[in-house]
Amino acid sequence: MYTQALNTSDADDRNVEDAARAAAFQARIDVDERIEPNDWMPAAYRKTLTRQISQHAHSEIVGMLPEGNWITRAPTLRRKAALLAKVQDECGHGLYLYAAAETLGTSREELVDAMLAGKAKYSSIFNYPTLTWADIGTIGWLVDGAAIMNQIPLCRCSYGPYARAMIRVCKEESFHQRQGFEIMLMLCRGTDEQKAMAQDALNRWWWPVLMMFGPPDKVSQHSDTSTKWKIKRFSNDELRQKFVDATVPQAQFLGLTIPDPEMKQDEAGYWVPGPIDWEEFKQVLAGNGPCNRDRLAARRKAHDEGAWVRAAAAAYAEKRKRRQFAQAAE
Amino acid sequence: MAVANVQVSETPLVLYTLRRADDALILGHRLSEWCGHAPTLEEDMALANMGLDLLGQARELYSYAAKVESKDNDEDKFAYLRDVRQYRNLLLVEQPNGDFARTMVRQFFYAAFADLYWRAMMQSKDATLAAIAAKSEKESAYHLRHSSEWIIRLGDGSEESHRRAQTAIDDLWSFTGEMFAVDDSERGLIDAGIAIDPAPPHAQWLRTITTVVNEATLALPASNWMQQGGRSGRHSEHLGHLLSELQSLQRTFPGATW
Repeated sequence: MYTQALNTSDADDRNVEDAARAAAFQARIDVDERIEPNDWMPAAYRKTLTRQISQHAHSEIVGMLPEGNWITRAPTLRRKAALLAKVQDECGHGLYLYAAAETLGTSREELVDAMLAGKAKYSSIFNYPTLTWADIGTIGWLVDGAAIMNQIPLCRCSYGPYARAMIRVCKEESFHQRQGFEIMLMLCRGTDEQKAMAQDALNRWWWPVLMMFGPPDKVSQHSDTSTKWKIKRFSNDELRQKFVDATVPQAQFLGLTIPDPEMKQDEAGYWVPGPIDWEEFKQVLAGNGPCNRDRLAARRKAHDEGAWVRAAAAAYAEKRKRRQFAQAAE
Repeated sequence: MAVANVQVSETPLVLYTLRRADDALILGHRLSEWCGHAPTLEEDMALANMGLDLLGQARELYSYAAKVESKDNDEDKFAYLRDVRQYRNLLLVEQPNGDFARTMVRQFFYAAFADLYWRAMMQSKDATLAAIAAKSEKESAYHLRHSSEWIIRLGDGSEESHRRAQTAIDDLWSFTGEMFAVDDSERGLIDAGIAIDPAPPHAQWLRTITTVVNEATLALPASNWMQQGGRSGRHSEHLGHLLSELQSLQRTFPGATW
């Protein structure tokens, strides 16, 4: 555990469901009170949040890989510094979120082990490859843009540590999104080859980005209880619609074509996309995306190759403690 | 459309500035290779942080070199359109990352030098170099502290970490002499008070290194043979590969703006 020790006086009975406590808990949520780590909470609330926050943390860490793929090849020194700083931010978000998840009682090591074992999920979007520099612009513009749509409402999530983490994360993400859009703008104002590169990246990322909001409302598994607990405040389809409506004018401004011939604007002004291929989403989620194996292999390799370093640090800390103890005893 | 290498008028001050800029860029690039792959998340952030500091130093130094040269060059032309034989960095900083011990020993050798170097350069009669030195000194002081702590942890940690750290020291030692070498083009700048004489810092560097290495229960090699060549563009085989990656977009799409 990396967080401070929490009050565990009710550890024995914190999993015991108790109708009166559950009612009091829900009453607090209903008046928009924040739930804090030491407060009583239903076991299912704890489990749902542990899963969601840790998945979010894993996504930040795995998400470093596709963008990290271009740090050594960034086209100018300014772009190189911005990209390195951005990927470093993602690492910071991961750390921050693991710390938030730990307040619910599961250690970072356990959470990371579950991810490395393939038992815990991370965002499927990171199982797609970054093939050109335009992919870095597109990820900033669309992937971070979609993440912001998802995360802004989480700043008001009922669980205090997660909500506070999201406030900081969202500030940095919106900076990343502007950076991404600026990369796209430069490409679209550039040579024909650069414009084609930008369009090609949009073609490849558009549909996977729409899938980031999750399955359509009619089949979503978690939404009902998450809504009741004010973890989730908007449905998948609502957020997806918001994102599409915000993004279409940006694509038009860039002079890019959204790769959806069926998309049209309805009478109320909403942009209605054509049907999403949920079979692709299911396949990527099941481990069959273009990079699932590469991403997990890269994280496992870093973990395995770092084992001797972590062991050395632990051994040194132990030696030092013994020496200090021996000195104090003299 | 300029896909060809840029020409550089290497007057003593331009050459001197480019040498330091190249050190910072190449080491910063090497550190950035760790991003997403470090032994812990905390260390991933620290390595990126140091990489960003070095990239920042490189950009300021390149921009100053371009200003002094007063031709058509800029930071990106220096970084992206010079070939391996035109690069002027130390052989030490282009050495591959290897394992974490090797990266930290390389960082430690360089930071222990850079910390002294930039502190002394704050007295340079060249106001721009003195200002860059004031900023860089703060950064390299942190790089030195961070890498020293790791050298001690690795050396005095486990048997395996001790062995890896000692191997890294043995392998990289012969690249440290170049940091203190002075050629004719630099001699004039030293006499003019623009550059510093690296001889006094050399003794102090050795004291710092020895103290940390001793505390880490490691040993410095007995050999005093030192490799030279980076400052005049005679590099190891590693730099060409690094540059082919770093420069790939600028070389593939000549003249494009990014």
